[in-house]
Amino acid sequence: MLGLGADRLWADMNRLLALLFHQGVLDEQFVQLQQLQDESSPNFVCEVVTIYFHESEKLLKNLRGLLMEREFSDYKKMGIHLNQFMGSSSSIGAKRVRNVCVAFRAASEQNNRAGCLRALELLEHEYCYLKNKLHELFHIEQQRLLAAGVRYPMQN
Amino acid sequence: MSSTNTENWMKDIGVLDLTGVGGGSTSAAKKITALVVDDDSVNQTIHSKMLENLGIQNQVVRNGKEAVDLHSSGNNFDLILMDMDMPVMNGIEATRKLREMGVRSIIAGVSTCTRDEREQKEFMESGLDDFQEKPLTTPKLVSILHKLNKKC
Repeated sequence: MLGLGADRLWADMNRLLALLFHQGVLDEQFVQLQQLQDESSPNFVCEVVTIYFHESEKLLKNLRGLLMEREFSDYKKMGIHLNQFMGSSSSIGAKRVRNVCVAFRAASEQNNRAGCLRALELLEHEYCYLKNKLHELFHIEQQRLLAAGVRYPMQN
Repeated sequence: MSSTNTENWMKDIGVLDLTGVGGGSTSAAKKITALVVDDDSVNQTIHSKMLENLGIQNQVVRNGKEAVDLHSSGNNFDLILMDMDMPVMNGIEATRKLREMGVRSIIAGVSTCTRDEREQKEFMESGLDDFQEKPLTTPKLVSILHKLNKKC
């Protein structure tokens, strides 16, 4: 019966993934990432996403730091951070985060501070949602592997 | 990617030497080498893994200057994946410098979508053989590698 636990968890994972694709949170690039995972790198997706979270949080902190400066005017620096955030988000298939970065960059190119602040809030929200959902996905995957690792007792 | 798939791909782009080795094997194949030049850790990891899965030995550096320094110390690569926006030395400057040094590798620009067509044109004119928009995928990478076959 424990094998059914692994099957149910597998279904839960696929349901969550389907939801994230349907919501536009993830796109085809996430599938490309999954296809890179193999026996030599069984945790590749999780490792890459962990690097992404780490880098993204630094970028978000930098963006917020820039916008909170009283005499802020370095839109060029903001553009550099946004380009990096866009690039890494598109590389892991984080479609909604990437799209907000595009809008944020447009506001930045117009030197629109209010627009940038609004975009930053939206970006933080989207990033937070993505992070929570991907953590949920990896947690289910972990549970599934544990459940699948339990063998039926031999029948004599 | 299984070794059979790697062999098939390498035969497809013409770098697997089938002569004198019954049926061909990856041990007889020319070992393709690549350099990933990108300041972003996520892209470094993904691009390196894509190359590794295609059986391509590769190294990673963080900016154009590190790429130039690597070549100055005698290293060379069949393929260079060059990001555009990087600190210290960007992809445009690095590509120009490498070509001035006589580097004849396939250099493929890999960059985030930019609406600045002038910048992209400048990147191409610095000496690129190809340009691909991020995100890089395995099919895009294989299309770059076909240029390697044509250049050989």
